[in-house]
Amino acid sequence: MADSRFVYVTYIRTTPEKLWQALIEPEFTRKYWVETWQDCTWQKGAPWKLMAPDGRAIAGGEVVEIDPPKRLVLTWQHNDHPELTPEGHSRMTYTLEPQGETVKLTVLHEMDKPESKLIAGVSTGWPKFLSSLKSMLETGESLEATRTWSKGK
Amino acid sequence: MADDLDLVFKALADPGRRLLLDRLHAESGQTLGQLCALMEMTRQAVTKHLKLLEEANLVAVVWKGREKLHYLNPVPIHEIAERWIGKFEKGRLEALAELKRKLEEKADG
Repeated sequence: MADSRFVYVTYIRTTPEKLWQALIEPEFTRKYWVETWQDCTWQKGAPWKLMAPDGRAIAGGEVVEIDPPKRLVLTWQHNDHPELTPEGHSRMTYTLEPQGETVKLTVLHEMDKPESKLIAGVSTGWPKFLSSLKSMLETGESLEATRTWSKGK
Repeated sequence: MADDLDLVFKALADPGRRLLLDRLHAESGQTLGQLCALMEMTRQAVTKHLKLLEEANLVAVVWKGREKLHYLNPVPIHEIAERWIGKFEKGRLEALAELKRKLEEKADG
């Protein structure tokens, strides 16, 4: 394999519109994504930043494709990290597909180089945040471990 | 919720399927052919196991051109850890907190 890729799939009992909102809006992401939020105007070509609660942009890139509430593609580069920043931009794709009473959310995080440390690094985060997102949308409560920045890091 | 987890536990209950997951953990994104080459199983058996793993959402499929690539999906495993192991851990921590409270009560009295 000449590239690095991780795939995450979760089925959530919700609507594509609500899931889209939960993936984008700061008031939701803060609950399941360790208090982070995304600074973006959500238009094609717009800059995208992943903001820590202390005001630092921990990752950044731009919106490559956006088709609410179906598909979002971002480029994603970690900031100020000795190993991950030099790897350059990865590519993250959210795909939302309604399936009966649920929505299938697929997260594809990939990079055009073998054994990317960035792709390996985010692989410990995604399962936690996606389980928590599912819990938040289905029960109203996100998982405790993902509610605060220090715990989730 | 119960139904989703039933499928996951059933899928994990077979050693052949667990081995397939181990193979995908070692290298995610393999074709059926690649997986068959590593397994002492017929192609039909691997296909059948992969189908069950897909239904349980433990394996995710991505098409790249005409190639069907199989990826280990770690999300359901994490959900099991959260809902089961985390839950028992919480009970243990509460029991410890209770013990501490009782011991301290005694110390005060």
